[in-house]
Amino acid sequence: MKRRRERIDRGIKVRSEDIFALCSWREMLYLAFPRLLPIVGLILLSFVLSIYWQKVLLSVSVFALLAISWDILAQTGMISLGQALFFGMGAYLAGIMNHTWGLSPFITIPVATVSGGLFCTLLLLPVLRLRGIYFSMVTLILPLMLVRIVEATKIFGGTEGLSGLGALPSRWVELYTVILALLAALFGLRRLMGSDFGLVLKGINDNDRSVMSAGINIYWFKAQALFIAGSVGAFAGAYMTHVYMFVGMPVFALDYSILPIAAAVVGGTGTLAGPMLGAFILVPLSEILRGLGGLRIVFYGLFLVVFTVALPEGIFHYIARKYHQFERWVEVDT
Amino acid sequence: MSSSPILKVSDLSKQFGGVRAVNHVDFKLTKGELLGLIGPNGSGKTTIVNLITGFVKPTAGEVYYKDRKITGWAPYKVVRLGVARTFQMVRPFYQLPAFKNMIIPLYSPRVKGLAGGKYGDRDAVALDLLEEVGFERDSFVAYKPASVLPQGYLKRLELAKAIALQPDLLILDELFSGLSLAEVASIVPIIEKLRMEGKTIIMIEHRLKELFRIADRIIVLNFGEKIADGKASEVMESEEVKKAYLGTEAG
Ligand SMILES: Nc1ncnc2c1ncn2[C@@H]1O[C@H](COP(=O)(O)OP(=O)(O)O)[C@@H](O)[C@H]1O
Ligand SMILES: [Mg+2]
Repeated sequence: MKRRRERIDRGIKVRSEDIFALCSWREMLYLAFPRLLPIVGLILLSFVLSIYWQKVLLSVSVFALLAISWDILAQTGMISLGQALFFGMGAYLAGIMNHTWGLSPFITIPVATVSGGLFCTLLLLPVLRLRGIYFSMVTLILPLMLVRIVEATKIFGGTEGLSGLGALPSRWVELYTVILALLAALFGLRRLMGSDFGLVLKGINDNDRSVMSAGINIYWFKAQALFIAGSVGAFAGAYMTHVYMFVGMPVFALDYSILPIAAAVVGGTGTLAGPMLGAFILVPLSEILRGLGGLRIVFYGLFLVVFTVALPEGIFHYIARKYHQFERWVEVDT
Repeated sequence: MSSSPILKVSDLSKQFGGVRAVNHVDFKLTKGELLGLIGPNGSGKTTIVNLITGFVKPTAGEVYYKDRKITGWAPYKVVRLGVARTFQMVRPFYQLPAFKNMIIPLYSPRVKGLAGGKYGDRDAVALDLLEEVGFERDSFVAYKPASVLPQGYLKRLELAKAIALQPDLLILDELFSGLSLAEVASIVPIIEKLRMEGKTIIMIEHRLKELFRIADRIIVLNFGEKIADGKASEVMESEEVKKAYLGTEAG
């Protein structure tokens, strides 16, 4: 019997895009594996990690959410330099609701998620017409401005912030809230971006004149993308408020804007999974390098440079390509 | 109502910095008419299309569509009234299959509105429309990514995207440029069919021979000004038109 090598996805690729006529458990496993990996991986991690690393996982998930939110905007042609705006908005809204009315985190988090997304959209509505770097500049400046407003007017606790806020009931609820949110965001938004609605968003990025001439109000669609991305970011902020039991000016810090972009670039933009993967590499790396003190930033920067130079497409695209090239032995009739 | 024009452009002007791209242009279009808009390069043809469809706001003058003033309206609102256009430079979504390129116009509120609030099966409609403009169904060319399609198919795709909007007024900006004689010959019947369906059409063309055969009327532009308006044979008799065309030919 002669044998030759062929790509595992061969049989799958020749069939139509969405309809899988799976013939074997191997093909099924081949398709299911990348989808199951994040689910099983996150659940396993939550059990094997020490309490300290569980906290890191929590912070990783928050940055992963911010990176996914960044990628949604990037795919619509809006480069955000101000993910801290979404994060800080959600954080403050949850904190204020908990502080003034004593509402439980199970109410403040969802309400802050939606209203945070809405406020951010309204704030950025006037600049939706700006293209490229002009839009980016405004997103960069807004969180910095909000910090100064809190500082100057002494509202919401001023420089002190609001402390003694309600916490989530237990460590496990805390961890699983963010894990579930991350998985929901990943799979839900990937599905959305693969739908016809997502196609319109990507069309705006690719050629907005062509979308306009198709009778579509691109500003309405950009606003919807902003709302989605803003809500995801606001969720992350609201959640962290109840983890820290505190909200203050640091929630508008530049870290929350820059790290998600770095994660998206390292992981690979345009897929949502890439930016998430990037966060899962960069945040723990930053923790590991903590021992290096002042040199930490140097090594961190070096890593970023090496990675972007070596794999400019991003890790996710690289892995996905390799995965599709997996081969198997098949028997050939002679 | 049959006497009132479907489109009326009055005293339309557009200045880009020091350039008078369009200068006091007037014309009317009756329903069902096929107008050829010609003129040397840079004479303002595309700018007129942009002014009508809302991509550019005029410096002065008005545009009326079905007795409604639409001057300076946003492009998506103009489309909603039933005006569709193609672009001179086609830029499809290269990584997507041809029929997926049709999804965006099929997603537009105009299509939804005409279908009574339902979108229907967009993929199926996309394939039907592509067949109409010459994507042979049994060749599966509609499933190929736009990046591998020859120019002829890309232009057909551009036409199909405009037809998908079920326009009453269709504006084609140099649809034939870059195509072979055979390709042009195969697209002409599609345009004639659209006309039989009662659509009003404006064609911007450099391929005068093909245009004159199907156009009811020709308007000639030069340096942003309308220098002639009438039947093809009459227009080409005009000294001014001859001069404008000879002028560009010579230098
Ligand atoms: N967006 C623009 N900005 C500046 N000048 C423009 C713009 N669009 C067109 N023009 C100028 O207006 C004139 C008419 O251009 P256009 O309408 O494209 O001509 P045509 O389509 O007849 O070749 C040209 O001189 C061109 O350079
Ligand atoms: Mg032109």
